[in-house]
Amino acid sequence: MTPLLEVKNVSKRFGGLLAVSDVSFTLNQGEILGLIGPNGAGKTTLFNVVNGVYKSDGGSIRFDGHNLSGESPHRVVHLGLARTHQIVQPLNEMTVRDNVTVGACFGREYLGLNAAHEVAYEVLEQVGMAGRANMLARSLTIAGKKRLEVARALAAKPKLLLLDEVLAGLNPTEITQMIELVRSIRERGVSVFMIEHLMQAVMNLSDRIVVLNFGQKLAEGRPEEVARDPQVIEAYLGDPNIAEKLTEKN
Amino acid sequence: MMLKRPSFWLILILSALFIYLPLHGQNVPLREDLVLVAIAIILSSNLNLMIGYTGYVNFGHIVFYGLGGYIGLYLTTVRGWNLVVAALAAGVAVGFLALLFGLGILRLRGAYFALATIGVLEAVQAFVINFDPWGRSTGMFLSFTSYQSWGGAMRALWIDYYLIIGIMALSMILSLGIKISKFGLGLFAIRENEDAAAVLGVNTTVYKAIVYSVSAFLPAVAGALMFFKNGTIDPFIAFEFMLSLEGIVMLMLGGQGSVIGAALGAGMYEWLRSFLLTSPKLSDFQLVIAGGLLLIVILFAPGGLIGWVYRLVPKSRGVLE
Repeated sequence: MTPLLEVKNVSKRFGGLLAVSDVSFTLNQGEILGLIGPNGAGKTTLFNVVNGVYKSDGGSIRFDGHNLSGESPHRVVHLGLARTHQIVQPLNEMTVRDNVTVGACFGREYLGLNAAHEVAYEVLEQVGMAGRANMLARSLTIAGKKRLEVARALAAKPKLLLLDEVLAGLNPTEITQMIELVRSIRERGVSVFMIEHLMQAVMNLSDRIVVLNFGQKLAEGRPEEVARDPQVIEAYLGDPNIAEKLTEKN
Repeated sequence: MMLKRPSFWLILILSALFIYLPLHGQNVPLREDLVLVAIAIILSSNLNLMIGYTGYVNFGHIVFYGLGGYIGLYLTTVRGWNLVVAALAAGVAVGFLALLFGLGILRLRGAYFALATIGVLEAVQAFVINFDPWGRSTGMFLSFTSYQSWGGAMRALWIDYYLIIGIMALSMILSLGIKISKFGLGLFAIRENEDAAAVLGVNTTVYKAIVYSVSAFLPAVAGALMFFKNGTIDPFIAFEFMLSLEGIVMLMLGGQGSVIGAALGAGMYEWLRSFLLTSPKLSDFQLVIAGGLLLIVILFAPGGLIGWVYRLVPKSRGVLE
């Protein structure tokens, strides 16, 4: 089976800084792939390269039979790859429903306004925000805005969803709800590629994990393999027994 | 869709009033007052597409009106074209030109874009001042024979007035149509957060260029009709920066982003201006007052008059779009 997303030898340079250096990995259909690493390791930059916000300096990105190198962000969405932002980007003076309608209107199916309104309503139900549909996006709490990011991306009916730290800044209850949401998204057949610092969540959710450090891929594998990798422990996790601690609860 | 919108019927009623009121007793002074209001509504409504819908402040919007006037007057007087055809040709030509300008300067954002629009205005004015076929700095005059095909000057001016009212109605209907369309939703997304809009799938480059071009079309047609009525044009009247600024004041006063608000602001401002200009004590302070008004609106009522109405009667939000 050909992978849904295939990243090969991708680099991204900002002046003298090599933010992403020769990174390769694949993501299979239906998979949840985690992306972890210390702050400044290049995780969000990698997302930005994949979805076309930045142009890569060398390497190739293939998604669902298309070459993504050099594509602009709006084309990438049409091909079925949607994302959320680490720093939430709500369309503040528009209602929650209109925010999600934008996602549906200009997403993979490029729906008309009426069809998009219906999709928006369905997605808001799915993420549990139907009651807040008519609120202005600006008046949502941070948890609400994170949820809205996910809803907007989902309304695009993506094949692959990039989640950039959707759990950061949420309280324990909200985290549990968000984890449930990510699971339900995958159950509906959407593959997920997620950046996350919350190790317990990413270990439990991910099928496989890629670790970045200083722009380079440090490790790749199943969560328990990655957690036992001495290099990963040294660079990021810090605790040799973390694999046991994080997986025993599961 | 459109027929269900109260605002649509409001636009039609307003336009009908503009047609009916001066007709009563062939009231020419009233007609001359109303035509200024109509032009103001046309300018502020189309400016609204850029400022209110897309979030791009265009300080050089008047350039479209002036160019339309020049092309219209040139085609009717020198080439002997029919006014309606000439006005449409002016609209198409200016719309196309705006598309080219737009693809260039819409890469800029915020203050840089606003500065570039002033540059466009200055550049076009400088070009016209040095352009022989358009009479350089003295401009052009309409030959009176142009009126004859319409049955004399009197009749021609009335017909021209109705055409301008038609463009006024079209401007507002266009604003409403865009507001309730997918295109409008994309523009609002750009206004709120252009980067997020692109990541959500909006082709921001194309959307911005199209709306810039669309916002040029009807003002250019109106310019052709209005300068046909005036019978004369020169580069200082056609490309008057002050008029561009006043358009922005009208829009902010009425409420940017709102179709009815843009028209309301235009009407209010024109009323205020005619009051100030005719008042012997205040006639020199018209622009001072306009500036002060803009300051007050931006500081205390960023939603403009219509925003104030929305707050007073929340239900009016759905009626007065």
